[in-house]
Amino acid sequence: MRLSADDSDFEGPTRRAVMAVGVGAASLVTTAQASSQAPATGSPAPAMTRVRLSVNGQSHDLTLDSRTTLLDALREHLRLTGTKKGCDHGQCGACTVLVNGRRINSCLTLAVMHATGEPGGDEIVTIEGLGDPEHLHPLQEAFLEHDGFQCGYCTPGQICSAVGMLAEAKAGWPSVVTADLATSPPLDEHEISERMSGNICRCAAYPNIRAAILQAAGGGVA
Amino acid sequence: MKAFTYERATSARDAAAKAAAHKGAKFIAGGTNLLDLMKLEVEAPTHLIDVNHLGLDRIEDTPEGGLRIGTEVRNSDLAADPRVRQRYSVLSRALLAGASGQLRNKATTGGNLLQRTRCYYFYDTTKPCNKRDPGSGCAAIDGYNRILAVLGTSPKCIATHPSDMAVAMRALDAVVETVNPDGETRSIPIADFHRLPGATPQIETNLRPGEVIASVVLPPPPSGVQIYRKVRDRASYAFALVSVAAVVDHDGGRIRSARLAFGGLAHKPWRVAEAEAALAGAPATAASYHAAADLVLQGARGFGANDFKIPLARRTLASVLTQAVEG
Repeated sequence: MRLSADDSDFEGPTRRAVMAVGVGAASLVTTAQASSQAPATGSPAPAMTRVRLSVNGQSHDLTLDSRTTLLDALREHLRLTGTKKGCDHGQCGACTVLVNGRRINSCLTLAVMHATGEPGGDEIVTIEGLGDPEHLHPLQEAFLEHDGFQCGYCTPGQICSAVGMLAEAKAGWPSVVTADLATSPPLDEHEISERMSGNICRCAAYPNIRAAILQAAGGGVA
Repeated sequence: MKAFTYERATSARDAAAKAAAHKGAKFIAGGTNLLDLMKLEVEAPTHLIDVNHLGLDRIEDTPEGGLRIGTEVRNSDLAADPRVRQRYSVLSRALLAGASGQLRNKATTGGNLLQRTRCYYFYDTTKPCNKRDPGSGCAAIDGYNRILAVLGTSPKCIATHPSDMAVAMRALDAVVETVNPDGETRSIPIADFHRLPGATPQIETNLRPGEVIASVVLPPPPSGVQIYRKVRDRASYAFALVSVAAVVDHDGGRIRSARLAFGGLAHKPWRVAEAEAALAGAPATAASYHAAADLVLQGARGFGANDFKIPLARRTLASVLTQAVEG
C-alpha cells in the first residue's frame, strides 16, 4: 500500500459545487494560498480546488492548486512515482498513463479535469496499477524477456503506451502506415514503430521494445 | 505557469456565456497545446473554461450526405470512424499523420483548428514576436526560419499554421459551426475561418470574442482519389514542412477536377482556385502539374532557411498528382 496524501474530511461542500470553481468558489475552499496576495502582474492568486481522483481502482481526495497537472498529482501528491516526468511538454511520452483505458500524456492535462463524478468519472491507471513484482502484466514480462530498456526511465511510459496502443489496434484503429484504411492489419514491426512514436527512448532500446510489444501482441518473438 | 481559476461548461452556449463573463478566460479542451504554452507563459489565461463536457462528442450523418463532427470529438476517434475512413480518407490520413497516439487521444476537433503556431520565436519569451507580444517585432524573418511560411506572409509575421487536420478540411470545403454568448449560431466556411497575419498576427481566426466552435460539417464527399502527403524531417511525430491534401478526379488521361490544399506554407491552409481551374480538363502530364504549381506558388517568397519549401512544394504537388492518376 502506498502512502496517500488524501484529505480525510471531504464532507464539506458537494463535489458538484466544488467543481464550479469560479473566483467565488475558490474562496469557498479556504486555504492559506487562496488568501495570499496576487502577484503584481495582475494574475490571480493560486486557486485551490478539491479534486477526487480515481487511480488504480482507489479513490483519493486532494486539495490541489488548479495548475497541478495530472502527472504532478500522481507523483507529488499520491506518491505514485512510477509515472515519470521527462520533458513535461508532451514530447517524450515518459508520463503516459491510461485514462478510461486510453493512453494520454499526463503532463499535458490538469488533475482537476479528471475529477471523478458527474460529468467525467475518469478512471486513471498508472504503471503501479498494471502489475506488481509478484504479478507482472504480460507487457512487463515481455519487456523483461526482451531486455526492452537500458536506463529504464522511459519504461513505465512505454508500457502504459503499449497497453493503450494494443487496445487501439484491437479496436481496429488504423495508423498512418496502414496501406488500406478499410482494413485492420495485424501489428507488424512497422505498425508498432509508427504507433509507438510518441514514446522516446534516449538509450535507443527501440529494437527490443518493439520485440517485446510484438510478443505481447501475439506476433511471436521477433 | 500563472495561476488561474477553473470551471466546467455544460453546453456550447454556456461556455460562450462563461467566456463573455471572464476577461482573460480561455477554453480548454484537450489542453495539449494550451497547457504547453501556459507552462512557458506564452499563454497566461486568468480563467479556464473546460469544454470537455458540452455534449458535442459525436459524429453524425447530415441529411445532405455529409458528416457533422462535434467539437469535442478526439482526433483519434475521428481518424478511426468507419465513415471518415471510407468516404473522407484524406481527413483520416491527415489526422493519423499528426502528433502521436497519446496526443491524438486528447486533441479535439475544435482545439486542433485553434492550435497556435510552432514558430520557435513565438515559444521563446526572450525574443520579440508580434504574435505573442504585438508590436515587439519578428525575430523569425531574419532568424532561423526553416519551418516557417513562404506564402501569405507579412512584415509582421511569417508563422505557419501547424494543423494537418485543417488542411484536409480545407480540401473538403468543411464548414465551422459556432455559438455565441447569446446562443446565436453561425456557419463559417473553413476558407474564411483562419486569417493571414497582416498587421495583426495575434488575431488568428475570425471567431468573435466568446464565440465557441460547436461542430465542423463536412459536405458530401467529392468524387475522386483522396491523398494526404506530408513531407517532414522524421517519418513520424513531426510537423509538416510541406503537406498536400488532394482530391483528384481523372479518367486516366485527363484531370476532371482537382482540389488541392497545402500545409506548412502559410498562416492558414493554402488553396488556390486558379490552379485547380487550370487543372480541370488538362492532360495528366508533368507540364500540367508544373503549370498548376506555378499558380499555387504565385508570390511565394523564402526568408533564407526556408527557401527550399518552394521547390519542395512544387515537387510534392507533382508527385501527389502523379500518384492520383497512376496509383
